[in-house]
Amino acid sequence: MGQQQTLPNGVQIHNTLESSSPNPDETEQGGYELLAQSGEDGTYNLSVLVNGVHCAACIQKIESTIAKNKDVQNVRLNFTTRRLAIQWSGEKDQANIFVKSIENLGYKVQPFNADLVNEESKEQEKFLLMSLGVAGFALGNIMLLSVGVWSSSGEEMGYATREFFHWISALIAIPTILYSGRPFFNSALGALKNGHTNMDVPISIALILACSMSLHETIYGAEHVYFDSAVMLTFFLLIGRYLDLRARGKARESANDLLSTLSGFANVVDEDGRLQRILIRDLKEGMNIRVAMGETFPIDGEIISGQSEVDTSLVTGETIPRVIETGAQIYAGTLNLSAPVVVRVAKAAEDSLLADIVRLMEKAGQSQAKYVRIADKAAQLYTPVVHIAAAIAFIFWWGVMGIAWQEALMIAITVLIITCPCALGLAVPVVQVLASARLTKSGILVKSGDALERLASIDTIMFDKTGTLTHGKPSLINQEHELNSFKLAASLASYSHHPLSKALYKAYGDNEIVELSDVEEHSGEGLSARYNHELIRLGSRQWCGDKNYETSDSYMEIWFQHGDKKAVRFTFEDSPRQDAEMTIKHFHDDGIKTLMATGDLSQPAKAVASQCGIKEYYAEQKPDDKFNRLQELKEQKHNVLMVGDGLNDAPVLAGADISMAPGSALDMAQNAADIIFMGDQLAPVYRSWKTAKASQSLVKENFALAAIYNMIAVPLAFMGYVTPLVAALAMSGSSIIVIANSFRLRFAK
Amino acid sequence: MSVLAYLIPVALLLGLIGLAGFIWSLKSGQYDDLDGAAQRILLDDDELGPKQ
Repeated sequence: MGQQQTLPNGVQIHNTLESSSPNPDETEQGGYELLAQSGEDGTYNLSVLVNGVHCAACIQKIESTIAKNKDVQNVRLNFTTRRLAIQWSGEKDQANIFVKSIENLGYKVQPFNADLVNEESKEQEKFLLMSLGVAGFALGNIMLLSVGVWSSSGEEMGYATREFFHWISALIAIPTILYSGRPFFNSALGALKNGHTNMDVPISIALILACSMSLHETIYGAEHVYFDSAVMLTFFLLIGRYLDLRARGKARESANDLLSTLSGFANVVDEDGRLQRILIRDLKEGMNIRVAMGETFPIDGEIISGQSEVDTSLVTGETIPRVIETGAQIYAGTLNLSAPVVVRVAKAAEDSLLADIVRLMEKAGQSQAKYVRIADKAAQLYTPVVHIAAAIAFIFWWGVMGIAWQEALMIAITVLIITCPCALGLAVPVVQVLASARLTKSGILVKSGDALERLASIDTIMFDKTGTLTHGKPSLINQEHELNSFKLAASLASYSHHPLSKALYKAYGDNEIVELSDVEEHSGEGLSARYNHELIRLGSRQWCGDKNYETSDSYMEIWFQHGDKKAVRFTFEDSPRQDAEMTIKHFHDDGIKTLMATGDLSQPAKAVASQCGIKEYYAEQKPDDKFNRLQELKEQKHNVLMVGDGLNDAPVLAGADISMAPGSALDMAQNAADIIFMGDQLAPVYRSWKTAKASQSLVKENFALAAIYNMIAVPLAFMGYVTPLVAALAMSGSSIIVIANSFRLRFAK
Repeated sequence: MSVLAYLIPVALLLGLIGLAGFIWSLKSGQYDDLDGAAQRILLDDDELGPKQ
C-alpha cells in the first residue's frame, strides 16, 4: 500500500513506503511520558526546554495555558535557562498533552533529561553567593567599629573601649573567615595536595595569618589588629570569584542542555509494522526506525526501504545533497531531505559516528584543560617571592636588629598581609567580565572564562569552508533568465525543501508566484506540476535537463523544463561571506597565519580559498584528518584558533587552543566552541581577537599596578610602619585602582 | 560610653536580620532566574491564573 501525505502547502508526496500504521501523525508525536518522573506524593514532574521564549508575554502564555489544566499543581518557566517544569497529578500520558499545547502556541519544545543535568555548578554558585552575603554582612559591621578605632587613639578612646571593639571584631571576623574563606581554603588545599600552588595558596595563608595574629594582639590588648583587612580581602576576592563562576557557569549550562537534548525520540517500526516512539538512547542494533522527511538520522544505519536525499554537510562538509536508495549507509547527524525512509540500526546510539565524534571531543577537551591560566602563572612567581621577603624581614629584625622574636614575627606577618593578593585576584576576572559583556553587545558570546586569554595568544587560524567562510547555503548565480521560466521555476521550487530549490525560490524574492496544480515530488529526481495543463518539471539533469549540455564549470545545477521547450539551467554556488576576504586580509596584516580545511571536494575548496585570499588549503578532509592536521600544528608549537560550524569540525573545535563557531552552526559545534558569533559576517572573528588582545594588555597592566603597589607597601611593612589603618587603605586602594584600570576597556577600539 | 553596650548589639542584630533575609531569599530560589524576575514584573497576577 502506498501512502499519501499532504503537506500544509498543498503538495502531495507519493512514496512507496510500506507502513500499516493508519495515521502516522499520531505516532510522530508524543513520547514525553517516558521523560516524566514520578514524585513521592503520586504526582509527576516533567522538564522540557522551550525555544522561542523572549518576553514577558511568552511566560504568561505558556504558564497560563498549562495551568488551565485542573490536574496541574505547579508550572514554572525559568526564563534564564528556558526550562519549563510542570508538576501534575493524574495520568502520566498527560505529558504529551502539555507539550502539544505549548507547540500549538508556536514554541518549539525539546525533550530534556533532568538526570543528565549537572547540579554541581549551581550548588557552587549558591555556595559562593552565601559566602559573599556573610562576608558582606561582616564587613559592614566591622567597619562600623574600625572607623572608630582608626580615627582616635588608645589614650583618647580608652584602652578598655578599644579592647572591647577588638573583641567584638574578633567575634564577627573569625566565624566569617572560617565560613566565607572556604572557597579559597578548599582550592588551596587541592592545589597543595597535587604538589603545585595557585592563587589561593597565598590568599589562604594571608587570611589565616591575619586572623591568628589579630587574635593574638587582641588577647594581649595590643594595637595591630587586622580583622577588618582580612574580611575586606575576603569580600573583594569573593566578588571576583563569583563573576568568574557566573561567566563559566553560563557556558556549562548550555552545554548540559545540548547534551541532554540528544536524548530525543525515534519512531521504531515493530514486526507488525506498527510505529512506536522510544528514546534514542534505548535504540538497539537491528531495530528498524522510520525517519520522516526533514528529520535528522539519530544513528548510523542502512536504508531498508524508501529512497530519499540526505544533506550530509554537517558531517562531511559537502554542500550537494546525496541521493540514497535501499542498501545505502547513512550516518547519525545527517538530515533526511526529501522522503520518509526506514533505516535498520547498525550501531546503537552510543556507538554511532556521532558518539565517536563526541568521544574525540572529550579527549581533545582534556588536553585543553592543561592550559595554565595567567593568574596562576602569576601566583607561581608571586608566592615564593613574598614568602622569602617575609622570612628575610623576620631574620633581619630578629637576627640583625636584635628585637624580641615576637615583634620580629609580627613584622614578617605584616609583610605577608600587606602584600595581599587582592589586586592580583581581581586583575583577571574583572577584565574578563567587562570584555565578555562588551562582546555580547555586538553578538559575540564568550563561553569560557579564560577564552579571551587563550584567544590573545594565537598565531594560526584554521577555517572550515562550508558555513564558516561561506554562508553554508547555495545561492543562485546566473540571474539572466527569461522572466516567465524563472517565475514558473520559482513557483514550483516553493514546494520543495531541497536546498537548491530553496535557493532558487529565495533568489526570486517576494515577486508574485503562480498557482500550480498536481504538484508531485519524485524522490531523487525533482518536482513536477501542471501549469495551464502543461507539464512543468524542475530537477536533475538526467530527469528534465539537456543531457548533451557541455559544461566547463563545476557549479551545482538544477534544470527546469516547460512542456517541450528547451530546458533551462540554473546554477548555484556556495558563496563566501561578504567580508571574508577583508577579515582574512586584516589577520594577514597583523601577522596571523591562516589556512582552510574542508570536507568538500578540491575544486570548490580551491575556488573559495582563492576568493578569500587563503593560500594554504586542504580538501576532502575527514573529521580525523582535520584533527591530525591540528595536532601537527600544535606539535610545531603553533597556537591555533579553529573557526568551524560542522559536526566534522567538532573534535578540532574542542581540541584547538581556542575555537569559534557561527550562530548558525550545529548544536554540537556550538557546544564544542569557546566563542559563538552571530550574524552573516566573519568580522566578529577579527573583532573578538582585537578585544582579546586589548583585554590581555589590560590584565598585564593590572599585574604591573599590583606589583607597583607591592613595591611601595612592602618596604613600609618591612620597616614596621604599617598600622591597621594603613593596611586597610592600601588594600582597598589597590583593588579600586585595578578595577578602575579594567574599565578603560570601554574606551579601547 | 555605656550606650555602646546597647548600640553595638542593636547594630549587630540589624545586620543579622539583613543577612537572614538574604539567606532566606537565596534558599527559596529567588536567584535562580534573575532575567525571568525582570520580565514577570510586567505581568498582572490575575493573568497567570490561580495556580502559582
